[in-house]
Parts: sequence; C-alpha cells; structure tokens
Amino acid sequence: MEKTLLRFITCGSVDDGKSSLLGRLLYETGSAFEDELALVEGDLSRLVDGLEAEREQGITIDVAYRFFATDKRKFIVADAPGHEQYTRNLVTGASTADLALVLLDARKGVLIQTRRHAFLCRLLGVRRLVLLVNKMDLIGYDQAEYDRFVADFREVAEEFTAIPVSALAGDNVTTRSERTPWYDGPTLLELLETVAPEEDRSAAAPFRLPVQSVSRPDQDFRGFAGLVAAGTVRRGDAVRVMPAATAARVETILVGFDEPDEASAGQSVTLAFDREVDCSRGDVIAAEPLPEVADQFEATLIWMAEEELVPGRQYALKLGTQSALATIQPPKYEIDVTSFEHAAVRTLALNGIGVADLWTDRPLVFAPYRENRELGGFILIDRVTNDTVAAGLIGYALRRSQNIHAQELDVTREARAALKGQQPRLLWFTGLSGAGKSTIANLVEKKLLARGRHSFMLDGDNVRLGLNRDLGFTDADRAENIRRVGETARLMLDAGLIVLAAFISPFRAERRMVRAMLPEGEFMEIFVDVPLAEAERRDPKGLYAKARDGRIPNFTGIGSPYEPPEQPEIRIDTTEMSPEEAAELIVRTVIGQQR
Amino acid sequence: MALSHLQRLEAEAIHILREAVAETERPVMLYSAGKDSSVLLHLARKAFHPAPPPFPLLHVDTMWKFRDMYALRDRAAAEAGMELIVHRNPEAEARGINPIDHGSSLHTQAWKTDGLKQALDQHGFDAAFGGARRDEERVRAKERIFSFRSAGHRWDPKKQRPELWRLYNARKAKGESFRVFPISNWTELDVWHYVEAEEIEVSSLYFAAPRPVIARGGTILMVDDERLKLRPREQVEERSVRFRTLGCYPLSGAVESAAKTIPELIEEMRRDRMSERQGRLIDRDGAASMERKKREGYF
Repeated sequence: MEKTLLRFITCGSVDDGKSSLLGRLLYETGSAFEDELALVEGDLSRLVDGLEAEREQGITIDVAYRFFATDKRKFIVADAPGHEQYTRNLVTGASTADLALVLLDARKGVLIQTRRHAFLCRLLGVRRLVLLVNKMDLIGYDQAEYDRFVADFREVAEEFTAIPVSALAGDNVTTRSERTPWYDGPTLLELLETVAPEEDRSAAAPFRLPVQSVSRPDQDFRGFAGLVAAGTVRRGDAVRVMPAATAARVETILVGFDEPDEASAGQSVTLAFDREVDCSRGDVIAAEPLPEVADQFEATLIWMAEEELVPGRQYALKLGTQSALATIQPPKYEIDVTSFEHAAVRTLALNGIGVADLWTDRPLVFAPYRENRELGGFILIDRVTNDTVAAGLIGYALRRSQNIHAQELDVTREARAALKGQQPRLLWFTGLSGAGKSTIANLVEKKLLARGRHSFMLDGDNVRLGLNRDLGFTDADRAENIRRVGETARLMLDAGLIVLAAFISPFRAERRMVRAMLPEGEFMEIFVDVPLAEAERRDPKGLYAKARDGRIPNFTGIGSPYEPPEQPEIRIDTTEMSPEEAAELIVRTVIGQQR
Repeated sequence: MALSHLQRLEAEAIHILREAVAETERPVMLYSAGKDSSVLLHLARKAFHPAPPPFPLLHVDTMWKFRDMYALRDRAAAEAGMELIVHRNPEAEARGINPIDHGSSLHTQAWKTDGLKQALDQHGFDAAFGGARRDEERVRAKERIFSFRSAGHRWDPKKQRPELWRLYNARKAKGESFRVFPISNWTELDVWHYVEAEEIEVSSLYFAAPRPVIARGGTILMVDDERLKLRPREQVEERSVRFRTLGCYPLSGAVESAAKTIPELIEEMRRDRMSERQGRLIDRDGAASMERKKREGYF
C-alpha cells in the first residue's frame, strides 16, 4: 500500500474555525483515537489543543504539527495561529508547505487577516492556495454571499480554489454536501488527495545536492552525503562541485544500503566519484546548467526576533548546508502586509518584512528563492544570543558581486610585511570613555617607533571628524562606524603595518566582526579596564557630566551599555597599572610575536 | 517517479541525523529497546552506511524494563557495531527507588529524568537523539526537531527557535544542548509500516502471545519476574496479550489481543482506535503532566 505525502498549512483568524476543521479531518479519516475523543467530549476543536498557557487563554500560540492519513496519502499539517506573532509562525509553517488552506468566517468575509495570510503564503512560495469559506451553515448555505467572498479574495490572490464548507457540520470537508447543490467542485479531502507535492515538481529541475558531510569509512570509499534539493542524478553523470566547479563523474549512488541507478529530489543519498576531488560540507554537487555563485544579494527578510535588525552588524547565515557571516545593509523598504505598500525604514522589528542588500564573507552557491526553496531560503542567527532572528529569501545576486572579482595583486601582503621585517597586527583598544585608551596607544606607538616598527594609529575622535563624519551614535551608526574602521585597518594590515585603533567599541558583536575580517591571529583585543565610577571621576573631557545631565543621549556607560570582552588577548587594569607600565606590557607582547 | 510517504519520512530523518552529527561536537543516541528506538537505530545505520553510526548508544536504565528488552538491546547494539553505554542513577539505586513502592511519578523522575541528565552531563554529550514523535502527545506536537535545552536541561516552550525549510540552528553556548527528534513527523502507523517494509527487529512483546498476567486497577500487568508481589486476591493467569508501548513492566499496561503479525496488529489498531499512551501509566498523573515533565528535562 504505497501512499504519497503532502504538507500543508492552515491559516485563519482566531474564530474562523481552524481547530474545528482540523479536528474534523482527524476524526473523519480515523486519525483520532477513541480515548482522545472521550476526553474532548465531542468538541472536535479540542483535539488539536496544546500547551498549558494556551489552554488558559483559549488560543494557540505556536506552530503545531498534526498528522492524518487516508489510503492514498499521509498529510503533515502545520497548524499556524492567526494571533500574536502570527507572521513568524505562519512563515515557519509555510516554508515547507505544498499547499495553504486559508479559512474565512462566512459571517465576516475577507478580513485584513485573510489578506495577510494569503500574502505570506505566496511570499514563501506556496503555489496552491485553497480558500475555505467556513461556517456556511450560519449563513444558510447562501450561494450569493459565497460568490461575493470568492470575488473579494480574487483581489488578494489570482489563482486559488474555493470551497464552501462547515467544519462543525461537516459539509464538503470529506463528503459532498447536499446543502450546497450549487457547488460542483471537489470536497476538501478530494482536493488534498490529488494536488501534486512540490518535490515531485522539482525532480525535473537541474540536479543539486548540498553536501552535508563526507563519509570515509576506509581508504577505498569517499562518499558525499546530502538530501537532493532538486533534479535527478544517474550513475555515470558528469557533475561539478560548486563553488570551485571541479569536474567529476558519479560512480556510485547510495540510498541507505541500496545502490540504485538513479536518485531524485527529496531523497537522502551518498554519492561517490570516479576521481579524488576536493569536496566538503557546504559545497553543492550540481549538473549543468550550473547554479549561480555570489557574495552580494538582494533579499527579502522576515524579522523574527524581539531585538531589531542592526544594519552593518554581522549575523551568522545558514543557507542549505552552507554557513557564512553576512552583513546586512539598511533596508531599502518595508512591506506592509495588509496594503502591500512599501515604506522607507531604517531597520526591521519583530514580524517586519523588508528588502535589503546583504554581503557575505564567502561566496555562496544559490538559486533565487522562487526557483528553489532549499537553495534560496536562509536564516540569520545572532552571534551572541544564538537565536534565529530572521528568515531570508534571495531575490537575485547584485551584478557587481558577480562581475567584480577581487583584484589579484602581484605584490603580496606577506612581501610588504617582510620588507618591513614585521608581522602585521591590529591592536584594538576597547574600554569606557576616559579609560586611557588613547593615552596608552600613543605610548605604545612611540615605543614601537623607537624599536624600528612601522605603525599607524586610528583614533576614534579623529576618524569621526573625517571618514565617519556622516555617522551618529545610534546602535546602527556605531556598528557602521566600527565596520568602516575595520575595513580601513584591514587595508593598512595588507600594507604590512602594525595598526593601533582606540575605540570605545562597546558591542561584542562589532569587535567580533572586525576580528573576523582579518586573518587568524592578527587581531589583538586590548581591554583597557576601568570601573565606571573611576572613569566618571577622571572625566577628562567633561562628557560624563554632560551625559548625566541628559545632554548626551546613548553615552556608553550611562545611556548605552558597554559589553566587556570575554577573552581579550590583553587586559589592562588601570587601577593597578600606570599607562607607562601598560604600554611596556603591550609592546613586549607584540614584539614577542614578531619573528 | 513520486516518492512514497515512507521514502520521504526516511529521507527527512536521515537528513536530520546527518545535520546533527555535522553541527554538534558529541552526539549520542538514546536507546530504550522500544519500537521507535529500533526504527531510529535502523535509520542511523542507513544514514551513515557504509560507515557505522559515528556516535554511541545510551540506555538510561530503570532496572524494571522487560527482560526481553534487555536482551534485544544488547543484541541490537552488537549488530550495529556501536558502543552501548548503560546508565543507572546511582542515587536511585542506593535508595532503592522502584515503581511499586514509590509510585510511577517518583520512579520516573529519579531513574529517567534525573538519570538522563546525569548521563548527558557525565559524558559531555551536547546532542541526544530521541525517538519521540509529535503524534504521541499534544505537547510534543509543538516541539521542534532540534529542541534547545538550557545548561540545566530545561525546555522552554515559549523560547523555541523557528525551524524553516530544512534549516536547523544548532548554535549553542557551553553547557547548552539539543534533543534531536528525527522521527518527529512519523505516526505510530508509519512506524509499523516501516518496521514491516524494512524488516526491522522489534521486541516480541509487541505481538500477542500467552503471557503470565494479573489484573490490577483496571490494567493488565505482566509478571515478568518475582519482584512484582501479588496482593491479596490477585492471581496470575495466562492470557494472550501484547503491548502498544513498552517501558518499565509494572507501568506498562497490556491489551488482550490475538495479533501475531504486523498486518494483524495494524488491523487491530484500526478497529480499537485507542491511543498508544493509554497503556502508559506515567501519563495519567495529571492533565499537564507531560508538559511539566518536559520542562524539567524529561525526554
């Protein structure tokens, strides 16, 4: 008895009868058990209730997954609530759905919520929309009303199937209703049993296998494991390992213990090649036409975290099996999910949907999201909290990233550094205002000069008078300030210099971003540590006094936090060490690392 | 060629197993010798074939499993060529905690919940595969596939990471961990169809056979050894029974049955339409008991 599998999502507002509908599908297909039915005392909607908190409030608060089956098909239902955090939950459920059921209450018609749900499902690439006009029993199975709702919904979606139902009375859910003789379409279950799943569609596309891992049980076998994201592979096929585009031929296909002649989209496989090639997690094995490779994209972002997007900050990005660091540019616009209008914004908040450019620190193998969900959908992760903060859909690669390649230079950074007889280093002084960063950095530079070292000092105040004159002191501007300084320092390190940078740089994420820009070991974080009270007592520029008066908003330590380094290369305790002693310690450490 | 539902479920489970191994430092597979464990172990062997699965098996023992399960456990681990770690909570052992004198709640807390936490901490496992399914219990329907646990192994249903597409965020700080559920999207019926199609060995206790049983509090219990002391007026009788779910034998209710094969068993499920948890005595401790147990670190 071979069944197929269909994943769908149900969306509706709080009282549209979503739970009743799911309860009925479970009940009528024999997927609900007698002891469970006894517990809910005939109220089918209670079959799909969940967590303690929801039972108290009478609403669903998260995506829940339900299952039922007929002789033809198994169904996985993402049950997404139409309430708080609806966008985040709906988007999560829609990301894997082949089809979406959009419920509306026949007494209320098309609501703002209905428009939102339809928009989000389409955005996430759900191709089949089904409009369920529910509670037909409460409007006397009125065809004219039904037709009006269908016409209204056509303004939201061009292609969809509409069915008049009553989840409570069971009309047109699994059996054709005699009370809607004017409706000659399928019942909901008939429709669900015949729609083609998404993966069957993508089996005809060019072959793509994101590599999860390399299997090396012994000297003779080297296999590349993954789940086929698109297309079909046959034994003997010519493929390339992207992004390097190394050529190889498929010698063995393993699916579990079997060695079939071919495998297609949706199957977990292990491939072995006819030759030794460099291939590891994150690579994509592909057939012609080859997928695109780029490091700058325009993407739609769906923000899922309480903390807003900080443009300029680096987030960890996951796309298929690829991981990278991504810098998000300020959004071009936010999309209003009810009017579909574009609005200018500086950031994105929870449930906000916007379009922005992003840069990754390494090239990614990708496809536009509308062509392939697996190679076009990504998540962003906050590198400090490790929370998933956004979902992203790649629109296209920015032309300049595909056409501009880093200029290969004949004189290398190693050659330049060797001429100066030193190892390039970035000495990053971080700490509160008044800690003594610039004072110590100045002394360090003098000592380096005296020992014949080539250096350059980037000072926070000086940079803000020139390069970063256009930036203010919001979190986003602070992040951009540090990014630019990091890029400038990187050029100087390429020139072979020892660079000293004295910046308050209060956020760990930004300091980590600069560290990640440089080769391993070249970033030295120097924490100039001073208690806030002591810095305030010194107050050499009178800034703390002003900040306490409320005349400087977002002043670090007063109106804005300072996140101390967790593992600085050097920590200077300024209550125990004089600037002279501190400088000597730093210089000895730096010189000690020089060969 | 359209894939069957079992092919798709298998592919998804294998993908999850491989992701967790690629993205965590020290994974382990929880193994209880139940049917879900048997399926999980089979999937792991398929996922990494021709290599053996790159992690050990962990059995959090309670001293009260059916004898048949212990035998299957040792056989299955040896056949898979995997290391088997058996953990018994030393404190529960010292204090003689057992389901008969102390009740199901305390017994489960001490041996299973505390025992599991001890074993994970002791070996430094940062990801533990489990065979839990979302159809088993309504609270599980909302749990993620990569279920994040704080350093104290606690689950917070309100702070779950969204899981989109096939992307799992396995980033964590030191001491934090994941419970990973590769067969989340399987139902009990899927499990049986798969066991049949793949000819996976499961415990014989799932199939009807004449067994020594007593009736106690509306439940049929099997007398698996002499530790189950008879109460006045109780009598051991031989009846043809089988088990829907297996745990500690004094906590696992049997059902009267004649189903000796998987098709017969599926037919019986279809006819009776009782949920599998109905036979698990530990789930009767209160309406929200599962959610509470899970928050505290129960699987």
